[in-house]
Amino acid sequence: MSLFGWINRRGSAPLARERLKVLLAYERTLGANSDLVGILREEILALIRRHVMVEPDKVQVKMGRGGATSTLAIDIELPN
Amino acid sequence: MAQAQVLVVTSGKGGVGKTTSSASIGAALAQSGQTVVMVDFDVGLRNLDLIMGAERRVVFDLISVIQGQAKLGQALIRDKRIETLSLLPASQTRDKDALTDEGVANVIAELRERFDWVICDSPAGIERGATLAMRHADAAIIVTNPEVSSVRDSDRIIGLLDAKTEKAEKGERIQKHLLITRYDAARAEKGDMLSIDDVLDILSIPLLGVVPESQEVLRASNIGSPVTLSNAESAAARAYSDAVRRLKGESVPMTIPSDRKRLFGKLFGRRAA
Repeated sequence: MSLFGWINRRGSAPLARERLKVLLAYERTLGANSDLVGILREEILALIRRHVMVEPDKVQVKMGRGGATSTLAIDIELPN
Repeated sequence: MAQAQVLVVTSGKGGVGKTTSSASIGAALAQSGQTVVMVDFDVGLRNLDLIMGAERRVVFDLISVIQGQAKLGQALIRDKRIETLSLLPASQTRDKDALTDEGVANVIAELRERFDWVICDSPAGIERGATLAMRHADAAIIVTNPEVSSVRDSDRIIGLLDAKTEKAEKGERIQKHLLITRYDAARAEKGDMLSIDDVLDILSIPLLGVVPESQEVLRASNIGSPVTLSNAESAAARAYSDAVRRLKGESVPMTIPSDRKRLFGKLFGRRAA
């Protein structure tokens, strides 16, 4: 490997970490609390749609797990 | 006598070192004077007997006890090197459906009466064998390699521990410990292996220990001896011994032992929340 290539090489671990984080954020919503996340998503979508028309895929609900508590992240993309 | 601790050694993914870790942790606990029984839950693919060098001493097994063909005392194999260590092997020939909820509950309850520690070596996967192995546990050791598929499967197992165990169903929290095995410090340093921090950050459970990749582990299984017995000075053995001391509540600085001479294990500053 050239010196240039060697310097530019960050290693593959950062990519592994990012891929895992994205995947697990999704998979955790399928776990024990899958019903809760699904119900919340439907109700939030219905609430927003009473005022603004949004596509179903613009409402994202994610469950995160921490050491002592879990977090719920709700991401809604509104049209301009 | 203090209350017995039931510990499940689990991972989801196969081949990450569950059985090796069960044997080493069981042996190290027993070497410290505690009475320990290791229970192999891998019906049809038992290996704990082989790793422990007891493969020719198996007469009865977990399923013969559950089905009433043998008493628990007849099925237990006492280790020849460590007096306080016993093994309850899995059946190699029966079907895993022979493991009944009630049968497993009874065996675990009886083992609690007889030993300080009951170590349940879980099969890979998330099916019946694995869920029964974790069912009655007070605490879990999640064995993880610093590699994407292993970390993903560990995450899944953590979810099951929080949902499907007796403790979880009673609304209590099962204690979870992360044991990272096959760690290669040089590759992690180069950025080509997930670091300890990466794995802790993703899985969010407390770290019990880091076992470095070591030739001594293969050598130990070749000769049928836990590495803590076959070569107590090896990096892997020291990592397991430290992990066991932490398990018993001692405060041991988190280091990653190394086999390289005159080089102390690198001090590892962080402990997970």
